[in-house]
Amino acid sequence: MCDMAVNIGNIVLGIAYLVLAPLIGGLLAGIDRKISARMQRRVGPPIMQPFYDVFKLWDKQPVAVNKAQRFYIRGFLLFAVLSGFFFFAHGDLLLVIFTLTIASVCFVIAAYASNSPYSQVGAERELAQTMAYEPMMLLVALGFYLHCGTFDAKEIVQSSAMNFIYMPGIFIGLCYILLIKFRKSPFDLSMSHEVHQELIQGALTEISGPTLAMIELAHWYENVLLLGFVYLFFTWSPVWSPVVGLAMCAFTYFSDIVVDNCCSRVKWEHMLSSAWVVTLVAGFANVAFLMYMR
Amino acid sequence: MFLPGLLIVVPLLAALLVFCIRSGGARNFITIIAAVATMALSVATAATYLGQPCFVSLPGELPSTVIMAVDIIVALAIFYYTMVKFKRCWIGLLELLQLAMILWFEHGAGHGIKVAADLAIDNFAVIMVLIAGIIGSLIAIFSNGYMEEFQKEHPEVEDRRPFFFFVIFLFLSAMFGLVLSNNLLFMYTFWEITSFSSFLLIGYTQTEEAINNSFKALWMNLLGGVAFAAAIVWLGVQYQTVELSALLKLGQGAKPVEMIVALLVFCGFTKAAMMPFSGWLLGAMVAPTPTSALLHSSTMVKAGVFLIIKLCPLLGVNHAGMMTMFVGGITFFFASCAAISQSDGKRVLAYSTISNLGLIVLCAGIGSYAAAWTAVMLVIFHAISKSLMFLSVGTAEQQLESRNIESFDGMFCALPNLARCMIIGICGMFLAPFGMLISKWAAMKSVADAGNPVLLLMLAFGSATTLFYWTKWLGKIAAYVPAEKSREPGIHGVQWLALKALSILTILACVAFPLLSQHGVTPYVSAIYNTTADVISRSNLLIMSVMAVLIVLLPLGFSAGQKQKMVVTNLAGENTGDNLSYRGVAGKTVQVSLRNWYLEDWFGEAKMQRYGFGLSLLCMILAFAMMGGGVFHV
Repeated sequence: MCDMAVNIGNIVLGIAYLVLAPLIGGLLAGIDRKISARMQRRVGPPIMQPFYDVFKLWDKQPVAVNKAQRFYIRGFLLFAVLSGFFFFAHGDLLLVIFTLTIASVCFVIAAYASNSPYSQVGAERELAQTMAYEPMMLLVALGFYLHCGTFDAKEIVQSSAMNFIYMPGIFIGLCYILLIKFRKSPFDLSMSHEVHQELIQGALTEISGPTLAMIELAHWYENVLLLGFVYLFFTWSPVWSPVVGLAMCAFTYFSDIVVDNCCSRVKWEHMLSSAWVVTLVAGFANVAFLMYMR
Repeated sequence: MFLPGLLIVVPLLAALLVFCIRSGGARNFITIIAAVATMALSVATAATYLGQPCFVSLPGELPSTVIMAVDIIVALAIFYYTMVKFKRCWIGLLELLQLAMILWFEHGAGHGIKVAADLAIDNFAVIMVLIAGIIGSLIAIFSNGYMEEFQKEHPEVEDRRPFFFFVIFLFLSAMFGLVLSNNLLFMYTFWEITSFSSFLLIGYTQTEEAINNSFKALWMNLLGGVAFAAAIVWLGVQYQTVELSALLKLGQGAKPVEMIVALLVFCGFTKAAMMPFSGWLLGAMVAPTPTSALLHSSTMVKAGVFLIIKLCPLLGVNHAGMMTMFVGGITFFFASCAAISQSDGKRVLAYSTISNLGLIVLCAGIGSYAAAWTAVMLVIFHAISKSLMFLSVGTAEQQLESRNIESFDGMFCALPNLARCMIIGICGMFLAPFGMLISKWAAMKSVADAGNPVLLLMLAFGSATTLFYWTKWLGKIAAYVPAEKSREPGIHGVQWLALKALSILTILACVAFPLLSQHGVTPYVSAIYNTTADVISRSNLLIMSVMAVLIVLLPLGFSAGQKQKMVVTNLAGENTGDNLSYRGVAGKTVQVSLRNWYLEDWFGEAKMQRYGFGLSLLCMILAFAMMGGGVFHV
């Protein structure tokens, strides 16, 4: 009976994610644009602008360079949503990461499929980004497993002390790769919101209208999921700890905006080597420590 | 008892038959009949013995005499090739050394040893029989069509097809013998036959490169054979037994058998192409594609990991285990890096095989329950997807006249069905929810439990590089380049049969993953470790199965949705309208060609080999030195 209640609770949480994540993601994007604008001494668009943009894109005439593209983008949206659903319905962390990987593979393939030079450059850069962050993503899940003895997000948030205390290195590593995942400078190589440092439109060159809207939506879902990972570090058994978790999510997101506005895009070599070095140093040291503690 | 015997004899008879019959039509007929019979026999064996492991003892002197005779025949054949025909005497010396050891042992110390069980038919052996039987036979069927085309396309190569099919069936027969043996002397004989057959297959075209590569394969595998012979002699002299199951019992009873285990593992390394012995597998690429498919997926390399996985309970935190883990981990990482820099489709596949075998060996080295389960699972999924990949690339090579991945763009339009097979194969190799990835998941868990941070790091980075080279390839196939006409009519019917069967098998194995675990792998591992546990929880397996079904169904909705207006792509100038050329500076028409990205400076082959070879050699030397020190002190 108790199990059943927990299961239903999980599914409710999962469905809540499906409904709320785009709202939260869109709002975050709006806030991001506002804060960035203020940092650059502009007024900036209204907070709701990302929603207006997506609705407008959705109403446009569907234009495509081939039939396959939209199929892959739908796959991207589907698996991005699914991985978030697994996370919030308390699935296994590795399952979440693997599903997220399928989503990014779909996105890369969509860019490759259009067979245009700009799009392919974007696809390859996106792929290099995936290669740069993937080891750290896996170490995050394995770090939680080593510390809490489980991949289950539900049990991780119930641990007896703040997970961050034991996993500071892994958290630093996660923050570093979040810059890549959020597509922030200096690591916005494959596609960027900043026109001045973009090669046409990177991976999005050949994508427009409703298909582009789907990508935007998928990113919102993805961003909320990634902040969920941050939340896991700062939430433990006390009832008030979710406040700490949420505050740290907000702080992390804000810091990323600051970094975004301070840096310009780096070369892919720097991104790959620095991400791997951070993974090697911070991630490895922390994992070794956790293994020693076990 | 009857079935396993038939399993070895039927392919052998088929081999002799195709060798003697010189008419092409009759040979094709016999190959297909023999392949179907082998497949049916392996399924029948599975139906009889799955879940009912049994040990069989062969009565009388006859079996061991036959085995002895075969040892000598194989040795003579090797002497002929190395000393008489091609004058590479030092390779012959390796064979002489092991033959001398075995003969000395048989007539001296080993003569009085009683063997309780010559054959061991457990679930793992049954799984291997199914892999060799079904996939091996499908490859034989495929070869029928492929070799016909091959001879047409390469008139300079002497038509030795009877010989080719002879070796293929001999290989299958030896493979069945190998996985069913419990008596190490039997296993050694079959081991030698597979080494020798692969030598013959690699040298099929008789070009200088092929001959050199075949000798490379021969000396590396004979080196392994020397280690095998040494292990048998050591085990026999010290413990008066030649049985693998007895060795396991001795080891689990805390007897010092580490050195024997390490020698056998070393022997497995050579056959499973672990670094620094990976060279022979890369060299095997010169042979016609079915050979590579056979060596890479269902037979040769699988024999190497089969032996290491059998020894799994004796590995773990000891010198032999550490050596296995680290050599496996190093190979996994460096081979997957080297695959990034390759543009030849078959070389990418070769490096991916080496890297996956590294992962399997890594798991076997950890030696825990979960790790053993993972290793067996990886063997199954790797065999199916890799054979599919090889056959697809081979077919594409014939149709596009190149096996360079660069020439695969446009496959999606020119060879749609073949592209589908290849996509299924690639997804099976690395993408969730396909089996390889689920197994990698379990591998990560076992490595984390083993408490070794360095290995964990290798696994995490190796996964990322694996993702990179597969997605790159997938992107090339998916690229939408309009084609004038379909090139598919050129593909032979039996080739389609094999390709489609393997594609369906890949998908089936992924969907039926939980069943495979429950009825196939778990009983074997439980029997060996005397415990049972879920390596991946049932609910997660179920989610993965459902996702696999979802992915299979998704393409049905390929063109669903609003009608889209088709436009041309954005090129560096005005697109001339077909996405293939644009009007550039001064009105010149420029053709568009896109090349993939190989990151040579980072992942160059030579560099990766240098690191990989050096590190794994260091591991082996250290492990053997430490064990040697230990042995002589006691």
